[in-house]
Amino acid sequence: KLLGMPQTPRQILRASPEETPRDANPANVGLELFGYVGIEAVLDQMRIKTMKTGFEFNLMVVGQSGLGKSTMVNTLFKSKVSQKPTGPDYEERIPKTVQLQSVTHVIEEKGVKMKLTVTDTPGFGDQINNENCWDPIIKYINEQYEKYLREEILISRKRKIPDTRVHSCVYFVPPTGHWLRPLDLEFMRRLSKIVNVVPVIAKADTLTLEERAEFKKRIQKDLKAHGISVYPQEDFDDNSDDRILNNKIRDKIPFAVVGADKEHQVNGKRVLGRKTKWGIIEVENPAHCEFPLLRDLLIRSHLQDLKDITHNVHYESYRVQRLNESNLLVLSPINGLLGKDEVESNL
Amino acid sequence: QHKRSGECQNDNCRPLSLSGHVGFDSLPDQLVNKSINQGFCFNILCIGETGIGKSTLIDTLFNTSFDDRVSTHFQPNVRLRAQTYELQESNVRLKLTIVNTVGFGDQINKEDSYQPIVDYIDAQFEAYLQEELKIKRSLYNYHDTRIHVCLYFISPTGHSLKTLDLLTMKNLDSKVNIIPVIAKADTISKTELQKFKIKLMSELVNNGVQIYQFPTDDETISKINATMNGHLPFAVVGSMEEMKVGNKMVKARQYPWGIVQVENENHCDFVKLREMLICTNMEDLREQTHARHYELYRRCKLEEMGFRDTGPENKPVSLQETYEAKRHEFFGELQRKEEEMRQMFVQRVKEKEAILKEAERELQAKFEHLKRLHQEERMKLEEKRKLLEDDMIAFNKRKAATELLQAQAFASTPSVSLKKDKDRKK
Repeated sequence: KLLGMPQTPRQILRASPEETPRDANPANVGLELFGYVGIEAVLDQMRIKTMKTGFEFNLMVVGQSGLGKSTMVNTLFKSKVSQKPTGPDYEERIPKTVQLQSVTHVIEEKGVKMKLTVTDTPGFGDQINNENCWDPIIKYINEQYEKYLREEILISRKRKIPDTRVHSCVYFVPPTGHWLRPLDLEFMRRLSKIVNVVPVIAKADTLTLEERAEFKKRIQKDLKAHGISVYPQEDFDDNSDDRILNNKIRDKIPFAVVGADKEHQVNGKRVLGRKTKWGIIEVENPAHCEFPLLRDLLIRSHLQDLKDITHNVHYESYRVQRLNESNLLVLSPINGLLGKDEVESNL
Repeated sequence: QHKRSGECQNDNCRPLSLSGHVGFDSLPDQLVNKSINQGFCFNILCIGETGIGKSTLIDTLFNTSFDDRVSTHFQPNVRLRAQTYELQESNVRLKLTIVNTVGFGDQINKEDSYQPIVDYIDAQFEAYLQEELKIKRSLYNYHDTRIHVCLYFISPTGHSLKTLDLLTMKNLDSKVNIIPVIAKADTISKTELQKFKIKLMSELVNNGVQIYQFPTDDETISKINATMNGHLPFAVVGSMEEMKVGNKMVKARQYPWGIVQVENENHCDFVKLREMLICTNMEDLREQTHARHYELYRRCKLEEMGFRDTGPENKPVSLQETYEAKRHEFFGELQRKEEEMRQMFVQRVKEKEAILKEAERELQAKFEHLKRLHQEERMKLEEKRKLLEDDMIAFNKRKAATELLQAQAFASTPSVSLKKDKDRKK
């Protein structure tokens, strides 16, 4: 049996007052209030605070050129977010390597301010040899984590650390109707480990509803077979309510979307849509395409969740990995007493 | 290659106008819903002399009955007692921790009174810092025990602050949000109260004590907060007993000369305190604790441990160096502890050995002693045996001699009488 271990300073500090909150009543006492106190006012206080500080949201769009990424972003945010000219006369110059271009805008709606950064990835999948074309993207995402980490470990750090981490990566799958291509699988497999990946079927107006359903089923099977966990990830469902809600979403992933930034007249109303000889595809009509579902997921219901998962899961994984890397350069533990695992948990 | 077009400097980003409803106005609601799911934490520290009304006030503030225990006045030193409760109002779950100072102001020598309090507050910061520095950490479901507000109970003497009060508050004002309250305010008259408040505030200001100011930067609450700032310190009365006043049951204290109503703003500032503490500024108190007091603690602690943001040549210290330094320190500490343990172990072994040796010696001595005794006994026995043998030889000789005599006697007497003798002998 070991002799009495001297207590660490931390233990001594916590033990000096007689009881600490953790030990005081292990089963926290639930008490009933005899009347209204006003605790729920804290919700309003929180609302006011967040309205004042505003929100940040960083979106990345990945896919081959011509799949309608820029148009989609413009449709999502109902404004000219992407500065790319979109139109039939525009000839896009495909860069020789994957570039990353970010634009940042401040948008406001009903008093809520949002700093939106959209990162585009021209050149992805456009070369003849696309090996490792995901590398610049992975590098960029990790760079943002690194930036945040460095800010976080400063001694004198900012009150609000600027958040440039990518909260969601929308991946555009070409509407082949068959299966996911090797490039799609490779990309999503690697990136779903470090960022929230939301795959969408681009230019879905080339698929009939049946073809769409079949395609989706095959994609879902493919993703499962390769162990690719896209957003919303099953592992991060908070509670059973969340699970029910997210299961419904998971059933429909990937959303079949159509983007449009022009308005047309349909039944006396102005709607966003694509005009073709055989009809007008209404982007916001759930019967025509699933754009509303994508918008609801990304913006109206799960935006905060996307940010939380990025911060609590992906960023933390990066941090753990990064802090363990430094371990390799340290002299081997003295007397072989400490294994790597112990150092990990004891820092 | 990465290009950032439309680069934003701080908040001067290019504004964009929306041509329709996008829907991110639901963001505050999304955030609030997440917080509702997680629940809130709020930790109050009450400092005040025994019997000044801390527990009663907390009961009244949260309209419930917390711990009933009444403390004695004979505590040898100041202790802190923390208790956590789960309260729920509509859909808001609050994990409320109330920390009371037990025995504050009771000792004859009060020099050490404030130190346990400072230590406690620091300990909570330290716990959070440790969690934050861990490699594998889980901050989002960490039970935050850092003190968000300190209610300092001032005795209603009507004159001025006690030295102990000043000393304690001065040592705490950079670590926690202090809201001073005048306890048992029903013992002071209205005019006295005004003078008392002015005196208290001026004393605080003159001594450089930073108490918590309700924030005035947000338009929706700046006006009321500014007004309330002018009413500090709040003169409070606490009571959970209800009395009938008019046609309502109100919380009050009944005296022969009248009834002091707790929630009557003409009688005391209780409503103001509840309004400010809970309804208006709870979130700000939590934020100030995290963004100001904790950051200060963290900065001081890390600097104390030798970390810097910029190295000796003013170049930023890399992440690697920072953590390596910490690891070295940790290993050094570990080595030292290990050495300590080893010494202790060696010491114990030596002691045990000595004891065993001593026991062995004793045993040996006993054995020798016993052996000796045994030897002596044996010798004695030998002697006795010899004596016995001698006796036996002597007896046998006598027997032989007697038999010879008898044989001679037999030869000279008639045979009948011999027979008779023989029979008789038989």
